[in-house]
Amino acid sequence: MKLLVTVKRVVDYNVKVRVKDDHSGIETANVKMSMNPFCEIAVEEAIRLKEKGVASEIVVVSIGPKQCQETLRTALALGADRAILVNTDEEVQPLAVAKLLQAVIAKESPEMVIMGKQSIDGDNNQSGQMLAALLDWPQGTFASEINVADGKLAVTREVDGGLETISLTLPAVVTTDLRLNEPRFASLPNIMKAKRKTLDEMIPADLGVDITARVKTLKVTPPAAREAGVIVESVEELVEKLRNEAKVI
Amino acid sequence: MTILVIAEHNNQDLSVATLATLAAAEKVASDLSSEIHMIVMGHESNSVCEQAAACASVKKVLSAQDAALENPTAESLAAIVVANADGYTHIFASATTSGKNFLPRVGAKLDVQPISEIVSVESADTFTRPIYAGNAIATVQSTDSVKVITVRATGFDAAEATGGSASIEDINVVSQISNNSTFVSQELTVSERPELTAAKIIISGGRGMQSGENFHLLEVIADKLGAAVGASRAAVDAGFVPNDYQVGQTGKIVAPDLYIAVGISGAIQHLAGMKDSKVIVAINKDEDAPIFQVADYGLVADLFKALPELNDAL
Ligand SMILES: Cc1cc2nc3c(=O)[nH]c(=O)nc-3n(C[C@H](O)[C@H](O)[C@H](O)COP(=O)(O)OP(=O)(O)OC[C@H]3O[C@@H](n4cnc5c(N)ncnc54)[C@H](O)[C@@H]3O)c2cc1C
Repeated sequence: MKLLVTVKRVVDYNVKVRVKDDHSGIETANVKMSMNPFCEIAVEEAIRLKEKGVASEIVVVSIGPKQCQETLRTALALGADRAILVNTDEEVQPLAVAKLLQAVIAKESPEMVIMGKQSIDGDNNQSGQMLAALLDWPQGTFASEINVADGKLAVTREVDGGLETISLTLPAVVTTDLRLNEPRFASLPNIMKAKRKTLDEMIPADLGVDITARVKTLKVTPPAAREAGVIVESVEELVEKLRNEAKVI
Repeated sequence: MTILVIAEHNNQDLSVATLATLAAAEKVASDLSSEIHMIVMGHESNSVCEQAAACASVKKVLSAQDAALENPTAESLAAIVVANADGYTHIFASATTSGKNFLPRVGAKLDVQPISEIVSVESADTFTRPIYAGNAIATVQSTDSVKVITVRATGFDAAEATGGSASIEDINVVSQISNNSTFVSQELTVSERPELTAAKIIISGGRGMQSGENFHLLEVIADKLGAAVGASRAAVDAGFVPNDYQVGQTGKIVAPDLYIAVGISGAIQHLAGMKDSKVIVAINKDEDAPIFQVADYGLVADLFKALPELNDAL
């Protein structure tokens, strides 16, 4: 089966982001960028499906500026076969992401799409669900385990109360949660090999998709800061403070 | 003009999160002087419909009942909402794993860009929401004709759940039940303790707990305080406790009166889930642990010594 995996370039998860002084957004100049951690998990899962013989080809797609080529090369080095960059410098909101991917899928006809459940910049947690809806495909979101058997896809999902297992017909969209797998690192020889793999580029207009933002960001501000607290010397003092000062126990 | 709120429930009781979502809807309703309807999708969930009808601000309850909705799929829920979306200016759901699962599908079907996890209502089309794991707050304005929104419960006080007398109207949903996705099974954590998102006090353990057995040290204290037990991702990944204990950017978002973090370093992703707690206590043997920067009371100590002492002192 052919798999399509999506990867997004985001501010690295270790970076403590800073709001710009004019409140127009986040400082991104000279900030380390990486593949969104949930997308890494998506790539890893696709590679494992290929290693198991379930998948035959992995096409990896990214939407964004030219620098996303690096993110795609990383995915190719990890084991994806071919890459597509939908190149744009505009902000692409989840609805537009879903429409662009729908158009790519019309050309590529994968049987399964694996995406991260959310990207750690916008924290929207929408694109996979919206893509599935546009395609009229079923979805298995927040997956911590997936199994393909008898032409069906069983997905174990992380839900508020615990775990839920659902069965989907194929084609389907899966979005990854943290415990689906632990991503591998790319080896040096594979990084070299990845440079020769195909990376096609197109722009949203080639796909006939209008990516105009529907939601305007009016301003971005830092969250309310917490005042520094005190260090207590003993458990006794802690309990005394919680009882008499904070009055929470 | 009318606003639709999607009820979340277990077929018996309306969730606390739904009341917070209703509170967000009320803010928009007062801005537009519009009416609020609530839709209950479930199986034999009449008691939920009655609770929805009793909410002070709800004028009409749409009751969608079907055996397939006992454990509904996102595909079915979204299809039912879309089929009944006509005439609503706003569609609200809770930012729970359920709401996050089906509401984006509703948005896509209506050609609307949804807004996730709002923490405040500025006006009928403008909201605030955390981005970058809560390290920034964005004020966003929707230009779509319908607003499709999930609400983070910690941002709103629960709406009034009594005093209303809404009418209850049955709607037929047979044609919206999905056949490409089916529920197989679930493994829910059973606990006598309060739910994380509803608890007034939470005591959470991290990698420093070293094992699942050691969580017992937290549980005895939790029981004395009537608290819920939570965890960091590291503790969940290590298999100490189930996934639904996870607090953080990608786990549960909590804001109790008291949050006690034990053996948790305080990574940004963990802080994202608990830094709006009223009082934060950190117990960590590393005085440089970032958790101390958000703690009201910090105790630099070995947790294996401090926890038994704390248990005795309560
Ligand atoms: C995409 C993404 C999403 C994430 N989402 C989440 C999330 O939702 N929630 C979350 O929690 N994390 C999340 N993380 C993980 C996060 O980055 C941290 O790795 C994690 O929170 C660390 O957990 P911890 O504090 O328990 O472990 P550690 O960072 O290892 O800290 C353990 C702490 O225990 C202390 N300790 C050890 N032994 C003792 C002792 N005997 N007595 C006292 N103190 C002791 C140590 O000093 C240390 O500070 C996410 C990461 C990524 C990349």
